[in-house]
Amino acid sequence: MALSSPEGSRPPAIELLGIDKRFGAVQANRAVSMRVPRGSVTGIVGENGAGKSTLMSILYGFYRADAGEIRIDGRRVEIASSQDAIAAGIGMVHQHFMLVETFSVLENVMLGAEGGAMLAAGAEATRAELARLDREYGLRVDPDAIVGDLPVGDQQRVEILKALCRGAEILILDEPTGVLTPQETDQLFRILATLRARGTTILLITHKLREIMAATDLVFVMRGGEVVAERKTAETTAEELAELMVGRKVRFAVEKSARAGGEALLVARDLTVVDERGVKTLDHASFELRAGEIVGVAGVSGNGQSELLEVLSGIRAPTSGTLRLLGREVDAARPCGPDAMRALGLAHVPEDRHRLGMVGAFAAAESAILGYQRDPAYCGAVAIDNAEVARRAGLLMERFDVRPRAPGLRSAAFSGGNQQKLILARELAREPRIVLAGQPTRGLDIGAIEFVHRRLIERRDAGAAVLLVSAELDEILSLSDRILVMFEGRIVGELPAAEADERKLGLLMANVRPEIAA
Amino acid sequence: MTTSANGLPRWADIGLLPLINVTLALGAAGLIVAAIGENPLNAIRIMVAGALGGPEGIGYTLYYATNFVFAGLAVAVAFHAGLFNIGGEGQAYIGGLGVGLAMLALDRHLPFAALFPLGLVLSMAFGAAWAFVPAYLQAHRGSHVVITTIMFNFLAAALMVYLLVNVFIAPGSMTPESRKFADAAALPMVHDLLAAIGITMPFTPLNLSLGVALLACVAVWGFLWHTPWGYEIRVVGQSEKAAVYAGIRPKRVIVAAMCLSGALAGLIGLNEIMGVHHRLFLNFVAGAGFTGIAVSLMGRNHPFGIVLAALLFGAIQQGGAELSFDVPNITREMVVVIQGLMILFSGALAYMARPLLEGLFALRGEARA
Repeated sequence: MALSSPEGSRPPAIELLGIDKRFGAVQANRAVSMRVPRGSVTGIVGENGAGKSTLMSILYGFYRADAGEIRIDGRRVEIASSQDAIAAGIGMVHQHFMLVETFSVLENVMLGAEGGAMLAAGAEATRAELARLDREYGLRVDPDAIVGDLPVGDQQRVEILKALCRGAEILILDEPTGVLTPQETDQLFRILATLRARGTTILLITHKLREIMAATDLVFVMRGGEVVAERKTAETTAEELAELMVGRKVRFAVEKSARAGGEALLVARDLTVVDERGVKTLDHASFELRAGEIVGVAGVSGNGQSELLEVLSGIRAPTSGTLRLLGREVDAARPCGPDAMRALGLAHVPEDRHRLGMVGAFAAAESAILGYQRDPAYCGAVAIDNAEVARRAGLLMERFDVRPRAPGLRSAAFSGGNQQKLILARELAREPRIVLAGQPTRGLDIGAIEFVHRRLIERRDAGAAVLLVSAELDEILSLSDRILVMFEGRIVGELPAAEADERKLGLLMANVRPEIAA
Repeated sequence: MTTSANGLPRWADIGLLPLINVTLALGAAGLIVAAIGENPLNAIRIMVAGALGGPEGIGYTLYYATNFVFAGLAVAVAFHAGLFNIGGEGQAYIGGLGVGLAMLALDRHLPFAALFPLGLVLSMAFGAAWAFVPAYLQAHRGSHVVITTIMFNFLAAALMVYLLVNVFIAPGSMTPESRKFADAAALPMVHDLLAAIGITMPFTPLNLSLGVALLACVAVWGFLWHTPWGYEIRVVGQSEKAAVYAGIRPKRVIVAAMCLSGALAGLIGLNEIMGVHHRLFLNFVAGAGFTGIAVSLMGRNHPFGIVLAALLFGAIQQGGAELSFDVPNITREMVVVIQGLMILFSGALAYMARPLLEGLFALRGEARA
């Protein structure tokens, strides 16, 4: 993509000069300078902890820089709060939406800009503005819909509308695609292209290189708090960017030998879950997991994968159907809780690592025994040997390269990748026969993803059965030996990985039968 | 990403900040004292001298602190399970009933060596039982424990009035209280114990319950941070979803934690009934159960902090009593106002001074860098 206006004719929309920011011992940003041309889509990539979010927080007024200056349209500005940022024409779309779910779209957009004590006048003006944005940019959302009822992609659009209604000419998007389906991602990129064509400057923060390649004009690579490279997107490759991000060569393909499954360790027959609302979220799911294979579960989020993991891990008893695993029969009348499942040799790396996988306020060592708190290795008849727990946590952190190696540090203080490594360490250390892995690499950077993948394959090669639920088709395709596809709680397809490709899986995920589509 | 909370050093967080809050509360109380025409500095001097200036004052301060330790621990245990037990008052009342029933029935038949453990166990068992119903309703029916424990405070009060007026009242008496227990049913008083080893101390209500309170602190600390049950309680308090994931059954944990909380509150009954008054009467808890909420808040829900906060509140209670005695213009109600300010500043407004303090520490950090 070419820039819509030649560089140099106008001052850059954003110019950062020598930004420094330190948190205690950590230098989060070091002499960061970048020029973001007006009317461009500029990407900032970097691993977790590279300093991207800190930089954006400085630009949006959440933090003050220790040194350096910010220029908007060539004028030096002081941004001490998000109000200042909004006044300077900067809008931000956060990774986790800042929306009131029980309010309508209109109310959310007005929030903080009600325009007086009485709402009616402000509401009319906002409604007119929304209609204009719809006409000009094709940003259509029903103003009267309740935000909580909207799909995630539409909620994100409300965030963008909020920024635009406040007159933003610079839009910062922080990891905007993490929660989107592939279709929603395409839509988002079309919207960004329209905005750019009308002169909006867009900063896209991400660690997904494919998106950088697809959507940006210019890209800055950050590593260790510094800008290590600036590239025109057209003149670089994903491989080069990855290398710059990590600081070494990265292999994208996962190395693994082909494997045939051994004995069936888990057999599910007609597993069905009817949830509290009476919705059938899992519908007669039948499959097997064999020793020494990785079975990928593909599907658009919310098609029963979470419920499948809940049933298999013992968190939820099936409404009907049976489960036979590691010599035990489980059904509605004979449930088997997560503690009993663990005792059988089943490990579960949960989808929601923040809320399920660990306790943020606990020390890492305490999170490292979650679910195994009664292991006789450190738990006697009455007391837990905390010194032994800490010692073991230290060993796990060593083996799984969790940084910093501080068993006493609060779990929430670790970066996402290190939290996941800690959970993985806990779950894999006891050499489980069955591993359930839910979105094991969501939100992780390339280095951590590689690490997680290697460990899962290691477990498989040691003879365990691994069930991998992931929203990333690349991950499913590269790791799995066999792939199941879920749609509306049913398993609608099962195929060997060798026969699968993105198109085939995509059609199955949308429940379009290949023979019908063909 | 890499952000450290703009935090305070630990010593400032648990030491300096509460001190500032207490100072602010005293300052506000001083303004009120000045407004009714008394000298605030004089008032503070009387309070401090009354609470800490001599063996009698210290004895009373520790006696009040004993109740506040029990009440604070009760709130803290529930808090670690994510529950707000406001029912300490009622649980303590019923805990006292348990002690009283046992003593009225057996004080003439058993020696102290048997009555003491009996009183200890029954105060805890009755307190736990009074907490069990709200706990069960919370765990299995979703009735909010804040609401139900408040209601159980009223139930406890009504039940005690009924029992004392209709059942336990001593024959021929006009006051709703039971007969006095036999001497075997009295906990040893501290001044008696000291006299036995040759130290003279004036009479104070301080008794063996103080030792029970200190043991309870150590036990609660060990339980919460060094046993699997304590671990499970804390997991449930932080995240029920994580607890379920870990194979913990939150319903059971909620009921267990609330019962333990009630048991600790019940020990106030031991202090009052077996330790001091040696009979059953009305309103012997006298608000200690509620003060426990502030004590626990101020003590950061940690037994060590609770001991410190209980001492402070004990000193205010005792010093306040002296103050209202010495300065007729300052009534008992005025002392309650001072207590209320203390609770307001260290509880509800506990974090008011925090941003300021954080700013000061940030400045100091910059000056050093």
